[in-house]
Amino acid sequence: MTSSTLTYDPGSEEERRREGNGGRSHDGERLARALGLFSVGLGLAQILAPHGVARAIGVDDDDENRKTMRALGFREIATGVGLLTRQRPAAFAWGRVTGDAMDLAMLGRAFNSRRNDHNRLAAATAAVAGVTILDIIASQRLSRAGSGMSIRAPAHHQGIQVRKAITINRPPEEVYAFWRNLENRPRFMAHVRSVRVLDDRRSYWKVRTPLGTTVEWTAEIIEERPNELISWRSTEDAQVPNSGTVRFIRAPGGRGTELHLELKFDPPAGAVGVTIAKLMGQDPSRQVDGDLRRFKQIMETGEVVHSDASIHPTPHPARPPEVAPNQLAGSASRGFEAQNGGFE
Amino acid sequence: MRATCWEGKRNIRVETVPDPKILNQRDAIVRITSTAICGSDLHLYNGFIPTMKRGDVLGHEFMGEVVEVGRAVRNLKVGDRVVVPFPIACGNCSQCQRDLFTLCENSNPNAWMARKLWGHATAGFYGYSHLTGGYAGGQAEYARVPFADVGPLKVPDSLTDEQVLFLSDIFPTGYMGADLCDIRPGDVVAVWGAGPVGQFAIASAKLLGAERVIAIDRFQYRLRMAKEKAGATDIINYEETSVREALLELTAGRGPDACIDAVGMEAHGHLPVYAYDRAKQALMLETDRPLALREAILNCRNGGIVSVIGVYGGFIDKFPMGSVMNRSLTLKTGQCPVQRYMRPLLERVERGEIDPSFVITHRLSLEDAPKGYDMFLNKEDHCEKVVLKP
Repeated sequence: MTSSTLTYDPGSEEERRREGNGGRSHDGERLARALGLFSVGLGLAQILAPHGVARAIGVDDDDENRKTMRALGFREIATGVGLLTRQRPAAFAWGRVTGDAMDLAMLGRAFNSRRNDHNRLAAATAAVAGVTILDIIASQRLSRAGSGMSIRAPAHHQGIQVRKAITINRPPEEVYAFWRNLENRPRFMAHVRSVRVLDDRRSYWKVRTPLGTTVEWTAEIIEERPNELISWRSTEDAQVPNSGTVRFIRAPGGRGTELHLELKFDPPAGAVGVTIAKLMGQDPSRQVDGDLRRFKQIMETGEVVHSDASIHPTPHPARPPEVAPNQLAGSASRGFEAQNGGFE
Repeated sequence: MRATCWEGKRNIRVETVPDPKILNQRDAIVRITSTAICGSDLHLYNGFIPTMKRGDVLGHEFMGEVVEVGRAVRNLKVGDRVVVPFPIACGNCSQCQRDLFTLCENSNPNAWMARKLWGHATAGFYGYSHLTGGYAGGQAEYARVPFADVGPLKVPDSLTDEQVLFLSDIFPTGYMGADLCDIRPGDVVAVWGAGPVGQFAIASAKLLGAERVIAIDRFQYRLRMAKEKAGATDIINYEETSVREALLELTAGRGPDACIDAVGMEAHGHLPVYAYDRAKQALMLETDRPLALREAILNCRNGGIVSVIGVYGGFIDKFPMGSVMNRSLTLKTGQCPVQRYMRPLLERVERGEIDPSFVITHRLSLEDAPKGYDMFLNKEDHCEKVVLKP
């Protein structure tokens, strides 16, 4: 129902060159998945056919070695599943590096026994060393990119672009009109404190950062086609220069409106990644996603929908709140962080 | 108020928590008169559903009296007696408008969490983890009911709580299981699991005209209930009889026309397959043990329908896709959009076609909820269904 990408503009060669770590973390993720699959496969082979694996790497196929092989198999599967489920891929990737070190140590010891095939051992050692290098590369990329699902977080980006889309079961005219009324924004945008309309084109934004400070800027609309499109950008003095475009497209099959949102943040070089993280939290993509879902809730059901857990600012059990936060009636703020935090 | 709270795996306590309040204009507050423990609550109890938090209020089968309504609720008034469907659904999104209420696009504030596990999110459900919204449940004295203008069904005073309570989940869920089977005259339907949902699947298959309905379980008292109360024509105790051979015998080699899995993620079965799935589940290599599902697929007749209403949480292993594909089976499943079935099923109860209270074996006070969970889990004292009275 919603889709999103969080990347540089793929069309621009220059930006792709500037891509820096963002692109590498992407590669890190891909590499981690490949290593995860490899881990599971090898682990299964070690558990189900320990003698075959033992022969292949040139160690003697005795009971002791078979037991060791099975134990190593379980370790492989555990790290593989960890990498594939992507809960905390960086930790599992480093787990693989530790495992590689163990394997290399064991292979080193295996050279001491005359019963083992030294040619095969050498080949196995070379293979493990190769994998170790890949593991280290994947781990570093994943660690740099942050933890958990936010592996594409903008920690060291020079700028980011978030693209999201959502389908809203109301006609484009209505969706456009509500969106265009800028004063509605704090109702569904978690971090927007206030928007003051200055004139037809310009508005003044106050946005609360996850750290509690406030960032302010003036935005101006640079293109507007009623019921179709709005483009805007911040004026020159903005602390965090940003721009965006929203498109409203009639959804096929009478399903209302497709809203496509594109946001760009281009802070000046230097304090960049930090500034964006401050403004958008660890995972800008999810924050924008939450904003759009709340927008959809208002358009379709009349208000932002609350559960017992979601109205709290921090992860909270699903039980009635002690005091209903008074902001709940209209403006959104308090509960929104709960939807963006915890349970990672 | 008093409420049944999840405090960890196999640890449930009745605690004093704040009374619910109106948080959205379309909310109502219901004073609960009857509530039940569902088989799917046992998956929470056993710790198999992720994203539970200490202190979560449990329960998604409940009914009671409306004591407060939000400003936007016009169809209900204070004093109305209502049954509350377990899916929370807005009625406005395109899924709700197609009657797919468990797929509501607006009622799950934790959609991002569910998307990680399932790809896309489901609706919010009461008392069923944070994946499904983080809503307080109904094994309590009061509950907040969001979208009260869409969900709750007013019930006539001529029917008792026990006759209508199960319209909240297990009767519609069992009925949907049979409904998905496209039953035609002469059809043989086999139902894995003779728990409460299985009983309603059996009874519904009969209501929908199945020729034979075969109940499969390992507890004789449940099979007896299936035969004597729900209307199963045949019963198979898989600990005594080979399910495969019995089904081939009963259908003269064809296999059942439709197979219903009313077991789900915590199936039991024969060694060594059971041990294999137990081990994989313990190692977190699969989240669910699909023993009943595999058996349902492998035994279904060529071109038949496999209907899955037992709850699955995540991932399963050794799924016989080759059997599904090569034998042209149809797999149908889903969390039941209860709102769609409540009214027609209430009419069946009013006409006396079925009295859903036949599954109840234990009536306890809310304060005894922990005992109820334990009895239900361990099948003590021939436990089939526990109703709690706040």
